[in-house]
Amino acid sequence: MTDRSAIVRLNGIGKSFGAVQALRDVTFHVAPGECVGLVGHNGAGKSTLMNILSGVLSPDTGELLFGDQDLAARYSVAAAKQNGLRCVYQELSLCPNLSVAENARITHPTIRGIGWRRKAATLITTWLDRIFPGHGIGPGDIVGELSIARRQMVEIARAFSATQTPVRLVILDEPTSSLDKASADQLLSFVGRFTETGGSVILISHMLGEILDSADRIVVMRDGGVVAEDATAAFDRARLVREMGSVLAEDAATPTAQARRQTDRVIVLPGENGIPLEVFKGEIVGLAGIGGQGQTDALLTLFAAANGTRNHAEITTEAAFVAGDRQTDGVFPGWSIRRNISIASIRQMVQHWLIDARKELGLAQDWQTRIGIRTEDLSNPILSLSGGNQQKVLFARALGSPAPVVLMDDPMRGVDIGTKQDVYAILKDEAAQGRSFVWYTTEMDELKHCDFVYVFRGGQVVSGLPRHQVTEANILRASFDAAAAA
Amino acid sequence: MSLLQKPWIWSWIGTLAVCLVIIGISGLGAGTQVLSAALSFGTFFVIVAIGQMFVVTLGPGNVDLSIPACMTLASTVAMKVMGGSSTMLLPGLLIAIAIGTIIGLLNFGLIRLLRIPPIIATLSSSFLFQSTAIWYNRGLRVKPPEPLADFATAKLAGVPLLAILVLVLTVIMHVILHHSLFGRAVLAVGQNSRAASLAGIKVERTRLLTYLTSAVLAAICGFFLAGFSGGAALNMGEEYLLMSIAVVVIGGTSVAGGFANLPGLWGASLFMFLLVTMLNTLGLSAGIRLILTGAIIVGVIAISGRRGRT
Repeated sequence: MTDRSAIVRLNGIGKSFGAVQALRDVTFHVAPGECVGLVGHNGAGKSTLMNILSGVLSPDTGELLFGDQDLAARYSVAAAKQNGLRCVYQELSLCPNLSVAENARITHPTIRGIGWRRKAATLITTWLDRIFPGHGIGPGDIVGELSIARRQMVEIARAFSATQTPVRLVILDEPTSSLDKASADQLLSFVGRFTETGGSVILISHMLGEILDSADRIVVMRDGGVVAEDATAAFDRARLVREMGSVLAEDAATPTAQARRQTDRVIVLPGENGIPLEVFKGEIVGLAGIGGQGQTDALLTLFAAANGTRNHAEITTEAAFVAGDRQTDGVFPGWSIRRNISIASIRQMVQHWLIDARKELGLAQDWQTRIGIRTEDLSNPILSLSGGNQQKVLFARALGSPAPVVLMDDPMRGVDIGTKQDVYAILKDEAAQGRSFVWYTTEMDELKHCDFVYVFRGGQVVSGLPRHQVTEANILRASFDAAAAA
Repeated sequence: MSLLQKPWIWSWIGTLAVCLVIIGISGLGAGTQVLSAALSFGTFFVIVAIGQMFVVTLGPGNVDLSIPACMTLASTVAMKVMGGSSTMLLPGLLIAIAIGTIIGLLNFGLIRLLRIPPIIATLSSSFLFQSTAIWYNRGLRVKPPEPLADFATAKLAGVPLLAILVLVLTVIMHVILHHSLFGRAVLAVGQNSRAASLAGIKVERTRLLTYLTSAVLAAICGFFLAGFSGGAALNMGEEYLLMSIAVVVIGGTSVAGGFANLPGLWGASLFMFLLVTMLNTLGLSAGIRLILTGAIIVGVIAISGRRGRT
């Protein structure tokens, strides 16, 4: 693992976007057979650095060394591919209108001629089987119809699959944020096997446990620079959090509306097998289970019912929605941050038929400070923000709206620990004031913040757990075995 | 944002350039006359283009192809009902607006209830409306009441009265687009209709209102155009189909949806009229004129498209 044998070395890399210095003097390398963990808060520069490494962005200053050659001046996505680099982006990059096999073909131009679809299908299925055994994805499935978790699996399998040039280094940017626990474990164990055979991986994740378990070496970034770099053994959770620049709050999961499940019921979603989903005023209700078992559908049903377009559910109030799949369900790409925040509250801002611009700005500024959106100007386009900060905008949109019920669709994807803790605190605060939350999450830690948890399986609620029964064991049992949960 | 980055600026630069060429060829006096004519005819383009702009802004696939048929049907029925009588003026206008409303509802009904893509729905409905107009009037040209003809051709200090009124309409629509709930909803749906619906925007109501606006504006345009040109004719809407779309696009509105502006509609309308006039003045043959028209439109869109991107 010496520097001489590094696959790639970055020296003194700097990059700015207008007045914002995204990276300053970053030095970074990856050795063969190594899994490098990269951590840092939203906007610390991780994604920018990876975009430079994969040739999407070119650095303003610094060297990009493959062996002794500095490629910085003539580096590109194609050059990165030629050198065996692959990248799984946080924002998924598959074509939604094409099948899984056709998407695989896009990155493998050597698959051609009669029967190319079959060859591509074999290739992608082989890798899916290798990484995610039991994935349940057919090569002919249209990508747009797959759940976000399955799209992520295809994206990952495609990055590892090799035809002509061998894959030497794969960048995984928040690969597990859309995956449930079981698939995430499959991926991480595959990463272990891949590095044993000499391949390298850069793993970016906000799940510090994953980084500590899987990485050989950890690099911590803050404010566009590398602030710590060491073998994994030299880190523990507390040190990582400290280096990232925030304080780890003790698991201060205190109940908000304890056992008050009798009065002020705001939601009932009848269940076909007898367990209805109920939400009471001031309550945080978690939706758990393996990913894609109907949790998102339940949220969408509730949202439609709140808007009066469908009535499979009883819901007495308006509802706001926090999207997890932010590109498809959340972001208005052509709008400023301010307009993206205000859209859910826009009806309250109308005075004499027109939108009051001062009220709109006031709301946006208020939530910028409350949730800490990193920008100098709220009229900047939303796409100028990092992924995690865009997610904060979506939180601000829903929390800033007057809706008494907030529905959240696994909303913490790509959000860093510091922000998560801020958001948890805001949720509790809002719940104490009488707001209700329905929160689908794939993270066990987040369920501990809930007053009541419903476990989904096969599109149904199979178990309802009051706060004191919310343990990993109980939830896993209910997720996999309906009989045991009853 | 500096002036050069505004998406509508290129249509105005084009207008100015063509204006200078015309003045250069035919002198200032004739140039002023041409400009006045451009205002008269451009006004009608602007009326339908406002409706088309809102429709296009709803996002990919949204376009109203029934504008010409709507103009024809609304003006034919209105002219025949009025029968040249000036006392029937107001009922005639109301009938035109009512027909526009029905057409808008029908278009949206086809799109929403039968789930037909807007481009097909409005194309097929336009055959329906056009045939109705033929059946209703057997292709006869009915003269407009005199006051309507006078009004549609009236000038105030050399500026067409109608142009001034449509300018006021443009300002109102500008305010609606950028500062009202409806405008905000149209822009949101055009960018990401799923996200719009999850943010609590009533997507279908927005689409209904948009198609309604487009049809009503087309009907009003037909009504005044009949007054301006001496009666309703079956082919009166012919050039307005491509023109409404060309004006919207040259004016800097995004075909992909979610971005629109009103000033560009005026720039593009004047540009289109002046361009044809200029090529006529140059005395070029019909073939060359058409080729140059096409090439210049492509040029303007290419330049504005490149500058518009950030």
